[in-house]
Amino acid sequence: MLNLFLYIWKDRVYVSSNIINMCGTCGCQDNHNHNHLHIGKPSEAEHHHHHDEHHGHHDHSHGHGTEIQLEKDILSKNNLLAERNRGYLEARQVFAINLVSSPGAGKTTLLERTITDLSKQLHFAVIEGDQQTMNDAKRIEATGAEVVQVNTGSGCHLDAHMVNHSMKELSLPVNAVLLIENVGNLVCPALFDLGESKRAVVISVTEGDDKPQKYPYIFESSDICIINKTDLLPYVQFDVEKLKASAGQLNSALEFIELSATTGKGLELWYNWLADATGHRIEKSKAMNE
Amino acid sequence: MHEFSLAQNIVEIATEQFHGHNVRKIEAIDIEIGTLSGVVKEALEFALEEAVKNTVLEKATIRLIDIQARANCGACGNTFDMNDFFGVCPACQSPQCEIISGKELKIKSLRIDY
Repeated sequence: MLNLFLYIWKDRVYVSSNIINMCGTCGCQDNHNHNHLHIGKPSEAEHHHHHDEHHGHHDHSHGHGTEIQLEKDILSKNNLLAERNRGYLEARQVFAINLVSSPGAGKTTLLERTITDLSKQLHFAVIEGDQQTMNDAKRIEATGAEVVQVNTGSGCHLDAHMVNHSMKELSLPVNAVLLIENVGNLVCPALFDLGESKRAVVISVTEGDDKPQKYPYIFESSDICIINKTDLLPYVQFDVEKLKASAGQLNSALEFIELSATTGKGLELWYNWLADATGHRIEKSKAMNE
Repeated sequence: MHEFSLAQNIVEIATEQFHGHNVRKIEAIDIEIGTLSGVVKEALEFALEEAVKNTVLEKATIRLIDIQARANCGACGNTFDMNDFFGVCPACQSPQCEIISGKELKIKSLRIDY
């Protein structure tokens, strides 16, 4: 049963769905419940997705043997859904970036600043992942961008299923940029493809420069490494070159950008990277509104 | 923590197979875990203990099989066991090595009883 609620707030139309029994959009059979909390909803009420299991029956030509050679990837469902997300985004020419980091590395501040600086040139939409609260969504909402907050509850990462539902609740016009802020965690998000175009790992200089050695998977699976809070470098023991060397050993294709989202220093490098990644939908020389 | 998600996925896949094959019982399940898959075997074992309760896998024998990571040296072509992402080729010390196995996370087989 699919109930749709339409409501208008601040000149935008929001569609909210309350999906009971099964998910009609992705055919998911997942048992988990996750709440999508929508910023901007007049009551700020939440709705729940409950998915009861329903089982697919498909033919296999295994005969009547007692041993089934399955060779099935444990993450196959997530990966399949991630590819569907990727197709959906590609069809809309939406560039999606999955931002991963430890808690407190400055992802939300970077997003706030990016949206504020580039909003005249790019349409941004944001999916905020946190275990609890709508705090980050409220911060993003203040920039004027459309945002969906996903609270994973006890979950430690976003998965393709959560993103599948969330992105369909955003308007995502052609050529939009979808910023997905993952749950602050350098371990679990590494394993879960969301269907993003690029993955960005954010590390702040107040963390150790040995993070690549400690958490190799996230650096190995990312496309770009943003080194944030560089304005604090004079006050902390953080060797940028050491970090780059060890992360580069894990992933020779990893690109690095050093910036301070607070002071703005180095942001033009990030905006130029976004300009390249989005196919020059923003002009490099005009990357910043100022 | 992500091991619990994986344990749930394993139960889901097994449940689909159970219904798809119209079987009476799943006796055993073999799961391959690469040594560089990012999964802690003990954590997955622990998560599975909980995740299988009241499911088709509750009475099944669960075997977690390690798949040793192997890498291929881009400089000299040597193939060797890789124990972490920072491994270098033991023959020529080159760090330019491509991991060719050891990231597996898969259900290899199920033993069922009709």
